[in-house]
Amino acid sequence: MELLLDSLFNGVAIGSVLLVAALGLAIVFGLMGVINLAHGELMMLGAYTTYVTQLIFKLPILKPFYNSYIIVSIFFAFIVSGVVGILLEKTIIRKLYGSPLETLLATWGVSLILQQFVRSVPLAYGTGLVISLLIALFLPTVFPSKIKESINYKYFKFSSWIFAALTGVLTGSLISSSVSKISRASARNVDVTAPSWMRGQVEILGTAFPKTRLMIIVITLISVIAITLFLNQSAWGMRIRAVTQNRQMSDCLGISTEKVDIITFGIGSGLAGVAGVAVSLLGSVGPNVGGNYIVGCFMVVVLGGVGNLLGTVIASFGIGIMTDLIGAGRLLSIWPDMPLPLSNTINFFATTSMARVMIFALIVIFLQFKPTGLFPQKGRMVEN
Amino acid sequence: MSISKIKFDKKIVLSFWIILIALIIAAPTLLPVFRLNLLGRYLSLSIVALGVDLIWGYTGLLSLGQGIFFALGGYCAAMYLQITSSSEFPNNIPEFFALYGVEKLPFFWEPFRSPVFTFFAIWVIPALVAGLIGFLVFRNRIKGVYFSILTQASLLVFFNFFNGQQKLINGTNGLKTDVTQLLGQMVGSESMQRIFFWITAILVIAAWFFAKWVVKGRFGNILIGIRDDEPRVRFTGYNPVIFKTIIFSIAGGLAGISGALYTVQSGIVSPQFMTVPFSIEMVIWVAVGGRGTLLGAILGAVFINYAKSLVSEALPASWMFIQGGLFILVVTALPEGVLGWIQGDGPRNLLQRFGLKRKIETYPSLEINNKEGNNE
Repeated sequence: MELLLDSLFNGVAIGSVLLVAALGLAIVFGLMGVINLAHGELMMLGAYTTYVTQLIFKLPILKPFYNSYIIVSIFFAFIVSGVVGILLEKTIIRKLYGSPLETLLATWGVSLILQQFVRSVPLAYGTGLVISLLIALFLPTVFPSKIKESINYKYFKFSSWIFAALTGVLTGSLISSSVSKISRASARNVDVTAPSWMRGQVEILGTAFPKTRLMIIVITLISVIAITLFLNQSAWGMRIRAVTQNRQMSDCLGISTEKVDIITFGIGSGLAGVAGVAVSLLGSVGPNVGGNYIVGCFMVVVLGGVGNLLGTVIASFGIGIMTDLIGAGRLLSIWPDMPLPLSNTINFFATTSMARVMIFALIVIFLQFKPTGLFPQKGRMVEN
Repeated sequence: MSISKIKFDKKIVLSFWIILIALIIAAPTLLPVFRLNLLGRYLSLSIVALGVDLIWGYTGLLSLGQGIFFALGGYCAAMYLQITSSSEFPNNIPEFFALYGVEKLPFFWEPFRSPVFTFFAIWVIPALVAGLIGFLVFRNRIKGVYFSILTQASLLVFFNFFNGQQKLINGTNGLKTDVTQLLGQMVGSESMQRIFFWITAILVIAAWFFAKWVVKGRFGNILIGIRDDEPRVRFTGYNPVIFKTIIFSIAGGLAGISGALYTVQSGIVSPQFMTVPFSIEMVIWVAVGGRGTLLGAILGAVFINYAKSLVSEALPASWMFIQGGLFILVVTALPEGVLGWIQGDGPRNLLQRFGLKRKIETYPSLEINNKEGNNE
């Protein structure tokens, strides 16, 4: 019983990291047909945001609130990754709708640039850049309509860009002067330390569970519930689903498909940022941190069936539990006296990397029988 | 969009070949050994690029797993070299086995004692593996991005497997070839490297003609048909699975040859050849050179790698930016690559933009219908 609980918990913990990472990807891929290989790098940005937030909360003014930095950083990470994602959509991906292979290559280029950006630009100025982007993107939307309609609107817009750039430079230099750790560029990995209330373990039914893992499960749970509610209950969620089903028809009915694209991609990218917070709790954060997850995320999305959140959830927990079963050689402890060749095989795969080999091989075999995943989209077209 | 091939005079073609052959023969004396070795490596990479062009440029299958076949070819060549020059080590097996307490050569390496077997294994084994993976995937009509993702996943499977198996293939350290012996000479020696350069140059030309032969005629037409409208090909009575499997295993075989040549010239084969970035890089060589143009794939591989080494020597940090920018640029602005742009309407459009050439009027509907709609 204890063993089973332990195994189940480990599996769920691995699965929830996968799920929170794959959630944004599932939305962007499933709803928009965009293969976002920069998703891992958006996660990395989220992880670095957590790190920067942590350092800022160590400043004397914010010191009393230090313990709550992880909650704040979830919001920050969502915003930072979301803003970068929106910028990406506005500049590159917009041109490539309808050709997923092209988005795959272009976003791979973006991921290379983001990786190198983190290596060669000081994090403090990177933060400043993100803040100026945020202002530049959102300031024009809050202008009163009187200004928007006036002839001099372009000057207003121009001045808002200048304002954004100035604010970015100011905050950048402010952060770099007050937090010395991130005032210089470095390719070294950094570590996020969990606040004191998240260290240690909780005991449930006689088994000890690390609190960080529980926190990740909670983050995942909240993200999944929030996104399901958003897609199914809100007006914009309905518009997104409508555009997914029939873009031209929705356009005719007065839905701004442009806005829907931006919102969908922004939310997908923002979820990558949230996943970044979860990832930063698990290990050190480096420029390559996202690359470790990206293929696994795609496998989750493909296995679950594209455009189906329930499938994504089941697939990621399935993969998580299987990883734990194979990687830790659990079957041996459940059934100790199995025949020798079988136990040898299980031992052969009982390492993290060999478990991955086994899992991917199993997924490829599974797709032989269900090529469109667990919950395929129904359609009657020749190509789907 | 019509691609009007530029027809060259026979004399120009002949003199081009004469210059090319003269350059290949003279290269070892013109270039310092270091540069020659680099050029040889890049030429060998252009063979794998040819394979990528065959499957992506002509058949529309974007494989992100060509590194598997590349590395398999490399491992075959490296293991043969290691085994033949292991006579002074205990048990007559390569040195690294002793580190992990292996006393007998694993059975599947046994045939690699024979040079003839190795010669065939270098391209047959990758081709078979590619054929198997391809058949399993194509049989289920998995295509487009799903195919890309699955090939990438298979790449990771192979990478993790090769990385973890110290006892069979020396794991993450890989197999070294530069200190091994071939025909009584060190593989890493200058004279050997010169010979490898010539072999590579000849094989690149041979592979180019082979690829040309493959895409010519009905077979090539079906490949292009599959790229442009697979259901229509199927409804016309052809089975796309067979054609796709064949072309995928041809690309795999080319990748194997390329990997073997690259290994003997770089001196090592390791699981690093199976990393995700390297396989995607292969795609960008073809994309920049011009997908659907064989020469473009070769030139793209050589020039991008050359640029990479030059830039990395001067400004190490900036290569990633340039490479990332190339990916974005080639997808958004130059979808046909440089050579495709030159052969197509590119130069004429550029001249038109500056008013140097008269515009050709077309029916607007023709242009619109050529572009794929968003929602189809």
